[in-house]
Amino acid sequence: MKKPVKAVINGREIISEEGRTVLEACREAGIYIPTLCFDERLEAYGGCRLCLVEVKGINRPLSSCTTPIQNGMEITTESPNLTELRKTMLSLILSNHPDDCMCCEKAGDCSLQELAYQYEVTPGKYDGERWNLPVKDDNPFISFDPNKCILCGRCVNICKNLMLKGAIAMTGRGFNSRPDTAFGRPLTPETCLFCGQCVSACPTGALIEKQSIGKGRNHSLRRIRTTCSYCGTGCNFYLNVKGGRVVKVTSDYEAPVNRGSLCIKGRFGYEFIHHPDRLTTPLIREGEGFREASWDEALDLVASRFNELKEKYGPEAVGAFSSSRCTNEENYLISKWVRAALGSNNVDNCARV
Amino acid sequence: MAGLATSLGAGAASNSFNQIGDADTLFIFGSNTTEGHPVVSIHVNRAIRNGARIIVADPREIELVRHAEVWLNLRPGSNIALLNGLIHIILKEDLDNRDFIRKRTEGFEELRAAVEAYSPDRVEKITGVSPKKLIKAARIYAGAQNAMILYGLGVTEHQTGTENAMAIANLALVCGQIGRPATGIMALRGQNNVQGASDMGPLPATFTGYQSVTDPNVREKFEKSWGVKLPAKPGLKSVEMLDEAKDGAFKGLFILGEDPAQTDPDLRHVREALGSLEFLVVQDIFPTETTRFAHVILPGASFAEKDGTFTNGERRVQRIRKAIEPLSGMAEWQVLCELSSRMGHKMKYDHPSEIMDEIASLATIYRGISYRRLEDGGIQWPCPTKDHPGTATLYQEMFSRPGGRARFIALEHKGPAEAADSSFPLVLITGRRREHYNNGSMTRRVRGIMELFPEELLELSPADAERLKIKDGERVKVLSRRGEIEVKTKVTTRSQEGNVFLAFHHQDALTNVLTSEHRDPITGTPEYKACAVRIEKLQN
Repeated sequence: MKKPVKAVINGREIISEEGRTVLEACREAGIYIPTLCFDERLEAYGGCRLCLVEVKGINRPLSSCTTPIQNGMEITTESPNLTELRKTMLSLILSNHPDDCMCCEKAGDCSLQELAYQYEVTPGKYDGERWNLPVKDDNPFISFDPNKCILCGRCVNICKNLMLKGAIAMTGRGFNSRPDTAFGRPLTPETCLFCGQCVSACPTGALIEKQSIGKGRNHSLRRIRTTCSYCGTGCNFYLNVKGGRVVKVTSDYEAPVNRGSLCIKGRFGYEFIHHPDRLTTPLIREGEGFREASWDEALDLVASRFNELKEKYGPEAVGAFSSSRCTNEENYLISKWVRAALGSNNVDNCARV
Repeated sequence: MAGLATSLGAGAASNSFNQIGDADTLFIFGSNTTEGHPVVSIHVNRAIRNGARIIVADPREIELVRHAEVWLNLRPGSNIALLNGLIHIILKEDLDNRDFIRKRTEGFEELRAAVEAYSPDRVEKITGVSPKKLIKAARIYAGAQNAMILYGLGVTEHQTGTENAMAIANLALVCGQIGRPATGIMALRGQNNVQGASDMGPLPATFTGYQSVTDPNVREKFEKSWGVKLPAKPGLKSVEMLDEAKDGAFKGLFILGEDPAQTDPDLRHVREALGSLEFLVVQDIFPTETTRFAHVILPGASFAEKDGTFTNGERRVQRIRKAIEPLSGMAEWQVLCELSSRMGHKMKYDHPSEIMDEIASLATIYRGISYRRLEDGGIQWPCPTKDHPGTATLYQEMFSRPGGRARFIALEHKGPAEAADSSFPLVLITGRRREHYNNGSMTRRVRGIMELFPEELLELSPADAERLKIKDGERVKVLSRRGEIEVKTKVTTRSQEGNVFLAFHHQDALTNVLTSEHRDPITGTPEYKACAVRIEKLQN
């Protein structure tokens, strides 16, 4: 057990534990602190300066994401001074950020947009040079608009420190620094896992999933929490649905196994759901081919043929294969069907092959 | 899974994925975790970042080898010799956990006698792994505070698959590295619901929750619940159904969401068997190699189209939720209810949650599980009561075997059923790639994935490529005793000399035309991980 730590936040006493940061302690206590560079999957980076707090006895604001909570600390998370600092930070970011929210894929799900709204910061306070860089669109899944990058470092950190891949890194210095691949080359399977962790980490519209561009923004999407159907890890995520179609997969940070992380299949491999090859109607063999049939006709045929075979050859001559791809409930029902309706134990699943 | 069940009690992973990052030593055995289970490998990465020591046992130089202190580059199919060799060293150097062995296990003397013959020198002859590496690995694993073993299909997909898993259990038990958080054995399962599909009892000898069909008390319980007399004779395994179909004794088969005509080994045999059936029904979401043989094809619903649960590789029962209506109008659970009712055995549920309630009423390990309780993050079985929190770590107090002790199993090296010889001098290992999945019916229909990974590539070592005068990217013919395919090559140091590798995701290079008919006699699991092949240049 970690040692408990007592502190006072905004005049309220809280109990956290040793080793937590001020930010973590505040979030646990339900106290909001704005952040841009913080990602709960990563170690604190302390880059965006938005999570600043005042600590009694220390004459400058501290970044809450990198400051350990200590016994007796008296912390203020919002004050006129902190608000002014945050506004300045946001104004500086906006001084080199396109103001095209009306067309941005990320609108409604953008941390920068949200914070600008919350702190009433509008573009144009500081004039200066702006990036005018081409969008990098060199692979099927990930589109990168460097002009929307706020240099929070999350994409680079998640690639390097969580995925241990380092497909992208911070390049350049000063005004010219930005995340990029080695020598600005396209992302390829040799260098990149295409896990899209960078996309999930990006707080703005800089890194966007290409497959879902134009298919709907946050407010128009219905999100359904579910479990991935590929491997046996059991990652949870949200299916984003619009007009009866799955248009995107987004992270579930509460997921017990994956905590918001996903792989290429889980995050990007959903297009099959609406593929034109999907079987959508029962088919009955006719000569060399198949003809379409109603559920009624097909099920009557299947039921009567199995009953006939059972009658003619005995229950030992019929059976079923079940699937590790199907749900528990379906696996249970098929074993019940074989045993109760066919009358044999000839039921097996593909776990062994 | 039969291996772990015999040794420890449950055919399931003993611990939880979240604990991987807390282990100070990870032994990764026959699992290309970064590709096969990418998100599990994020937990492995966390351990690496925390300074964990990594041992990899794999015939291929997989990505994790880069982070490993020792790479045990064993020959395919020599797992038992390798593990016996490690235990031999651990016992010789007195690195075993006597206290644990005495208090919590049985059969140790038999094990000691069996591993006696596996000296490092002999093990090197069988496995190709040097004594130096063996000793180093043994010392790292035995010296750990908390060591976790992650194993994959490189362990189970051998004719000795069950015994391989037992050998892994032997190692963990000798060192007492099980029964605590961040220790134990994580068997990484291939498919999303392998664990659940076994738990639910579509198995020839057990009902839901691994309850034997031959036990009259168990049968009585199910008969009472289902309202029908049930057969006492264990049924046929899938491979036996196919064998009997070919012989003409087995006539009618319903295949739910499986594609044996692509993913089973020795495809010619499978296809003959499917072609011999009088009536074959296949339910799937796409046309597959198997639906070609069907008399009736029923459309399936994808995971986005239905409510239900999957049980993951750490025994966690989790919800899937209906996001869109089934494209065909019906989900599989509804189809099965209709079919059963039309055959005269009425089945009716208004929602899958009612099916889960019935499962919970019949199987102790699921007894406390209900949809209401699964809302927040799922529950790991065993969950025997409605207020039980679920079980993150198995065997903390006792093993789930009669008497509560784990059992050592004395094992001997057998090797793969089909060894390389002068006519088929290379060993083919099969497996998966990160970007694709199984028969590829889903991932081949994601345009971006196909753009990045359009075709299968035979991985071949530079030495073999030079000897055979094959250039990187050249198309070649791969032949085994059972068939042949054409495929492009990739010359890579990931393959060791003498071994080649293929995945099985693509229909234009049906890898399983090549794989062998040999199986684990206990589970029937095919030996996908080793068969003898030869490579020929294409004639122009």
